[in-house]
Amino acid sequence: MSRQADRNKVFSRRATLLAGGKLLLFTALAGRMYYLQVIEREKFATLAEENRISLRLLAPPRGRILDRFGVPLAINQENYRMLLVPEQASDIEATLEAASEIIPLSDHEKTKILREAKRRRSFMPVTVRENLTWNDVARVELNAADLPGCMIDVGQSRFYPKADRFSHVLGYVSVVSEQDLTGDPLLELPGFRIGKAGVERVHDLALRGKGGNTQLEVNALGRVIRELARNEGQPGAEVRLTIDATLQDFAYQRLGEQSASCVVMDVHSGQVLVMASAPGYDPNAFAQGLNAEQWKDLIQHPRTPLLNKCIAGQYAPGSTFKMMVALAALEHNVVSPDFNVHCSGHVELGNSVFHCWKKEGHGYVDMLRGIMHSCDVYFYEISKRVGIDRIADMAKRFGLGNTLDIDLAGEKPGLVPNREWKQRNLRSAWSQGETLVAGIGQGYMLTTPLQLAAMTARIANGGIAVRPRLTYEVATGHESAPLPTPTYPSIQINKANLAIVRKGMRMVVNEPGGTALGSRLPNPDWIMCGKTGTAQVRRITMRERDTGVKKNDELPWKERDHALFVAYAPDDDPKYAIAVIVEHGGGGSAVAAPIARDVMMETLRRDPVSDGARDRFAYSAEKDRAG
Amino acid sequence: MILEPRGNMRRDGNMGIGEKLWHVSWSLVALIALVASVGFFMLYSAADGSMSPWANKQIVRFAFGVGLMIAVALVDVRFWMRQAYLIYGVALFLLVLVDLFGTIGMGAQRWINLGFVQIQPSEIMKIALVLALARYFHGASHEDVGRPLFLLPALGLVMLPAALVVVQPDLGTAILLILGSGATFFLAGVRLWKFGILIALGVGAIPIGWQFLREYQKNRVLTFLNPERDPLGAGYHITQSKIALGSGGLFGKGYMEGTQSQLNYLPEKHTDFIFTMFSEEFGMVGGLLLLVLYACLIAYGYAIALRSRSQFGRLVAMGITSIFFLYVFINIAMVMGLLPVVGVPLPLISYGGTAMLTLLFGFGLMIGVYVHRDVNMGRRGASDDV
Repeated sequence: MSRQADRNKVFSRRATLLAGGKLLLFTALAGRMYYLQVIEREKFATLAEENRISLRLLAPPRGRILDRFGVPLAINQENYRMLLVPEQASDIEATLEAASEIIPLSDHEKTKILREAKRRRSFMPVTVRENLTWNDVARVELNAADLPGCMIDVGQSRFYPKADRFSHVLGYVSVVSEQDLTGDPLLELPGFRIGKAGVERVHDLALRGKGGNTQLEVNALGRVIRELARNEGQPGAEVRLTIDATLQDFAYQRLGEQSASCVVMDVHSGQVLVMASAPGYDPNAFAQGLNAEQWKDLIQHPRTPLLNKCIAGQYAPGSTFKMMVALAALEHNVVSPDFNVHCSGHVELGNSVFHCWKKEGHGYVDMLRGIMHSCDVYFYEISKRVGIDRIADMAKRFGLGNTLDIDLAGEKPGLVPNREWKQRNLRSAWSQGETLVAGIGQGYMLTTPLQLAAMTARIANGGIAVRPRLTYEVATGHESAPLPTPTYPSIQINKANLAIVRKGMRMVVNEPGGTALGSRLPNPDWIMCGKTGTAQVRRITMRERDTGVKKNDELPWKERDHALFVAYAPDDDPKYAIAVIVEHGGGGSAVAAPIARDVMMETLRRDPVSDGARDRFAYSAEKDRAG
Repeated sequence: MILEPRGNMRRDGNMGIGEKLWHVSWSLVALIALVASVGFFMLYSAADGSMSPWANKQIVRFAFGVGLMIAVALVDVRFWMRQAYLIYGVALFLLVLVDLFGTIGMGAQRWINLGFVQIQPSEIMKIALVLALARYFHGASHEDVGRPLFLLPALGLVMLPAALVVVQPDLGTAILLILGSGATFFLAGVRLWKFGILIALGVGAIPIGWQFLREYQKNRVLTFLNPERDPLGAGYHITQSKIALGSGGLFGKGYMEGTQSQLNYLPEKHTDFIFTMFSEEFGMVGGLLLLVLYACLIAYGYAIALRSRSQFGRLVAMGITSIFFLYVFINIAMVMGLLPVVGVPLPLISYGGTAMLTLLFGFGLMIGVYVHRDVNMGRRGASDDV
């Protein structure tokens, strides 16, 4: 027990020592308090009361977005807003009442402003209204005497001169939300906006620039005395797109009121010249803030204005897929181009009957005529021989069934089914009937207009795996440095086989009997090659076949077929590829092909990727003002 | 101030829950709540007179923490004694894990994300180390403590986690671990000259250690030595803190009236620099009162330690008290420019859930030691082996 007593004694003695030490240290703290708060109080009090430096962040101007020739697509506009400094207004409510004589303010807005004014320090201005018209500004200035504490302030807001025609490509900017905060102090600035969709989002960091700061002398109440130093920061970079704005305008107008999309790209470099999705929406409304009703209208609109159909609309490719089937058959030597099939209007497989679009049949058809007439029975026959896996493999090599990684957010992958896919996702075996359906681009198959344009470009450029891209350059400062064209790999395809398919596509548009003969180019110097497609969105029952298949215009809009057309031109030296899809438009040859013809004609006329185009179309602000 | 045990004192420690609750030192709980309430008022002021975003969350956390504290206090101390090494082992394992896979936050790797909850192993280690050292010295006689070889494993118990914490990098916690354990060694009876050797070694290692510090850590030390070095950069915090505190004077500027804090000159006013804000608004008188409250809490720790019949209990109570003291001292010294900025919060007052939970868990252990003060404990924590 003495051993323990010994230990206890040591413990007690040492605990006392330790307590003494702690007391000493606490006394030191108290002494420091005395030093700072009593002896040195005068000095610190002066420092606190006197003017001192306050660092404030400055938002850099957001970079502009231009088209390939420098036409401004997204710019910053001066935004006049009315601010109210509560302490300068003797009676805030009275001032607001007077202000609403000039700018009508709802009760809801008034209570919001009052609440905001109460929450902040009385010398901090509160926003009464943004985006004032010049007229409003003048009237506020004129009535300044009746509006104590009110002032007009100039800020910057984003403006999209081309409004709905570029809404899907450019996206929009909006206020920073909680999950956007990354620690960049700029994001915490009141009123700061960041890109939420499209190019604005993809290039947000570059467009944003670097924040500057200003050192202000501020008195103890926080009122600014004067500015000591200013660092402007770095304005956001200018993003120049590959799009040709004039061409995009043309295409968008040509799509008109329909729910449709159109992509035009350079078959060699992958530069996208047109990416039009109709209907669009007005991104300027987003910058100003939408009310609940406008928002509801947008999201409930049957023609989905918020969706960029070019990259996020997924459609069965229909007959535009037949090139893939033909190439798969030729590459695997399953059939020769001369292989003949007799089309009687339908073909039987087991208990099922598969119909050709032409009820009375095409008679004897070889590969070229199969493409030209878009004979379904011919492609039923050869896809049966090739098999789904080899067809799917070919389609993937041409860019279908996967995202193409375009520099835009929200691209959809589409779907190219094969045996493994069905087993994995639907847990059932592939049936041969499904191969026939896939052979005419129906069934599970899904593609986007962008993918169809890329597929057509790859056919046109001789089998180079070109990928579409939208960014021409991101320019910081005045130096122009276009992004280099990537070197695309070859997709390893026999040129002779490609030539057969291309000849078939040429016949579609230019030979009597071709499904798009009416859409050949009016200028005989330029030959366009293409392929029509009509994607069925409903099932045609046996009974309907007996009584006669209903015509599209007899059906409700939602049940009508999608109209598709893909093409490239000119035939001798392909430069541009185009894909047009009109949702529920009816037939590809009647609806989509004429649009493609007009847009392609305009593209060839402007020839925006040629060397001379830059000189001819270069944007100048003076010219714009004069026009 | 501490309740006298009732007549039917049971040394086997097999008390019922009711009896244990009766023995809980409720006056200590009330004191803790009082200090925490000072924090709620300051967080309300820091948010410009608003419960959100800080005060309301802090109150919820505190309520939860007090529940945890009482629950911990009711657990038999012998359980903590038996599991001390296991808890230490788990904490050490988690520290290794956080070094390998931890989430980076504020430039340091301190968190493990378990999906539903984030844990900070260095916090667990503070408690685990106190328990492990208390167990190690519990069975040691005075002669044992005299032998250098006996001390080496205990030294290892401290240095291993300290090294793991330094690489995170979290210098503040490492210092807390080392100094806190120093108190346990001291109370266990380790000779003073041995401390002398360790301190000498430590001072000798400073030039070597300097090279391993991160840039921001070096800046903090250099700024501490010369605050005017960079008044708008790294020295900004400390200069602004001194202005705010000093201008508070003897009686302060009044609650919610601190111009420096309220105008946002003072950074981190809701976390590490909350004492500055308190002192600006309540002056030296307020600061001293708060210091006295803290001193009372520490005195409770001493009283509990001296009343405990087991060495384990004593060392646990003193270990917790020492860590608590270090928190208070380092934080206040730091905001007054007596120590470099190391990122130690003001206990029970600064906003933050993890440190609050660690402290309340520690106080739970301390109260547990008090509840079970008369329990017999053998060398391995069983009551029969004396």
